[in-house]
Amino acid sequence: MKLLKKKVEKDLLRRMYYQMLMARRFEEQASLLFVNGELPGTVHLYAGQEAVAVGVCSALRKDDYITSTHRPHGHAVAKGIPVKALMAELFAKTTGCCRGYGGSMHMGDIDYGMVPAIAIVGGGIPVAAGIGLAFKRLKTDRVVACFFGDGASSEGAFHEGVNMAAIWDLPVIFVCENNLYGASTHVSRVMKVDNIAERASAYGIPGVIADGMDVLSVYDATVEAVERARSGSGPTLIECKTYRFLGHSRTDPQQYRSKEEMEFWKSKDAIPRLKAWLIENEHFTAEEIDRIHEEVERELDEAVEFAKNSPSPLPEDALKNVFVGEGS
Amino acid sequence: MRKLTIVEALKEAIREEMIRDERVFCIGEDIGTPGGWGGAFTVTKGLSEEFGLDRILDTPIAETGIAGVAVGAAIGGLRPIADVQYGDFLFCMMDQLVNQAAKLTYMSGGKLCIPMVMRAPVGATTRAAQHSQSLESYFVHVPGLKVAAPCTAYDCKGLLKSAVRDDNPVLFFEHKLLYGSKGNRAEAGALSPAGDVPEEEYLIPFGKAVVRREGRDVTIVGKLLTVYRALEAAEILSKEGIEAEVIDPRTLVPFDWDTLLSSVKKTGRLVVVDEEPGNCGWASDIGAKTSEMAFDYLDAPVRRVTAIDTPVPFAPEMERYYLPNAEKIVAAVKSLT
Ligand SMILES: Cc1ncc(C[n+]2csc(CCOP(=O)(O)OP(=O)(O)O)c2C)c(N)n1
Ligand SMILES: [Mg+2]
Repeated sequence: MKLLKKKVEKDLLRRMYYQMLMARRFEEQASLLFVNGELPGTVHLYAGQEAVAVGVCSALRKDDYITSTHRPHGHAVAKGIPVKALMAELFAKTTGCCRGYGGSMHMGDIDYGMVPAIAIVGGGIPVAAGIGLAFKRLKTDRVVACFFGDGASSEGAFHEGVNMAAIWDLPVIFVCENNLYGASTHVSRVMKVDNIAERASAYGIPGVIADGMDVLSVYDATVEAVERARSGSGPTLIECKTYRFLGHSRTDPQQYRSKEEMEFWKSKDAIPRLKAWLIENEHFTAEEIDRIHEEVERELDEAVEFAKNSPSPLPEDALKNVFVGEGS
Repeated sequence: MRKLTIVEALKEAIREEMIRDERVFCIGEDIGTPGGWGGAFTVTKGLSEEFGLDRILDTPIAETGIAGVAVGAAIGGLRPIADVQYGDFLFCMMDQLVNQAAKLTYMSGGKLCIPMVMRAPVGATTRAAQHSQSLESYFVHVPGLKVAAPCTAYDCKGLLKSAVRDDNPVLFFEHKLLYGSKGNRAEAGALSPAGDVPEEEYLIPFGKAVVRREGRDVTIVGKLLTVYRALEAAEILSKEGIEAEVIDPRTLVPFDWDTLLSSVKKTGRLVVVDEEPGNCGWASDIGAKTSEMAFDYLDAPVRRVTAIDTPVPFAPEMERYYLPNAEKIVAAVKSLT
């Protein structure tokens, strides 16, 4: 594992580990609940990619924004939305972060700086540029991180959004989570370059590759991009090489990829890697790490309890919130 | 006769047309990938093994590109069957469909033809606002597009084959709860009707409706899933002595006015059922035109039973409230009698 360029505070490291573990365990829970038929709709699980969400969000301030995708649970955990509100949203309860209107694919809460996830692939990219435009025009020093997949980089919206952010030097960090597949399709079948980061040169902005299985690599790359963005020098495209450990959505038999490939990537799992590094470098003892695990389990159990015991919306609540001010 | 699901019927239509005409090919996301799903609802599953990846063409995630390439391929001499994974993504390709596909024949003074089919799954399945919309009306509104919305396996096969042979762009809508997708692509709450489909080849012309149930008291017209909701309502009404006639138009453009109007002239009452929001939608249009053409025969105002005018909500309680159903249809019919 790559050593940090900067001295990282102990509580930052603790939070990183906590959030990565929470994001992982949240997905394992969600998967179980979904298979048991307790959750409506579908779920796109984030397991495997935790280092990306956590590495990026650890470099952001609370008042910075993120945009997200159909695979948003990990982003939401990393941006600090309470896990209870996330779990309740999966259960379509009024206590959920979108009050039961959004569900898994639209998780988010603007109070925590997360725009409700946009499940139209690529749809969030120009939106992030627009947020950047507002932050800049309003003379704030806030930035926006825009998460999207390898697949999304083929959408026209990618070209339009990144180009505008580039020409206007907007404070945007474009974070491409290259997990090698868009649904069942391998990246090599849908692009001629090896790295999505190479596309940055077409827009005249830096394109950086980070190890998406190493939270500190992602964190370092993001810190640099955030500094650039805050200082008015414009956007950066960070490509994080990562892998999704579970199926694309609901029950996906994953016959389009090999067991060997899956095993190879699982051996790079960012969570045990960080744990080993933390202990090796004497940031934490094994006992301290155990206590983080206990804390995560306790909070997760509470979140599931909370979600199950929360009220469902009334049927006619569907009529509310179409326009501003019609809310509950 | 053998029974097929809609997925099987659509697949068979595509297969037969691809065998018949070398120029026919499929284009879309995750439609051919070995080990993949064969499209979001398995319609093209297995076809890439038979026809190769050149004719079951996987694209990047790029809807403007898919629609635009289909338009261009049609101009260049091929006959594309394109698809989107969810109908909602048609909105990503609106320029190519509405400004190009629908208008090039007209703009060229009739010299150009755009023989392409754009398939799209619609309907609410607890997937919230961006993966649930029914949006046929948007396309019915566009002159230059034909629009099919079949709800049985027999019709899906016969109409898709006609769509492929049509020299005009065709929007072909399929309902997620009717497919009968199996295994891991199955949908909760699906009706998945399996229907008789003959072995012999047949085509169904556009613009011919079917009377799904005869009745003298009221005419109910729906499309896709709401045809089944209307039939459910008709059963309930029948127990109370009200006999509803249920009409399935099968294609929305062209629309079979003869069948609808002769039914309305018999029953004197019309209820239009639609899974789309009501404002400015298909149900309003059918109601307005019926009032214009058959006013003297109507004993009551035309009633619409549609989704409510909101985005599609996530929570199942709210989604049920959002959607039309048999009870709402029954109530609407009773309000007329
Ligand atoms: C505009 C649009 N097209 C297609 C889809 C269907 N879809 C949902 S996720 C997905 C794959 C996305 O791949 P990628 O961007 O790499 O993200 P990942 O799923 O790998 O996280 C597709 C095709 C969609 N939601 N939106
Ligand atoms: Mg991907």
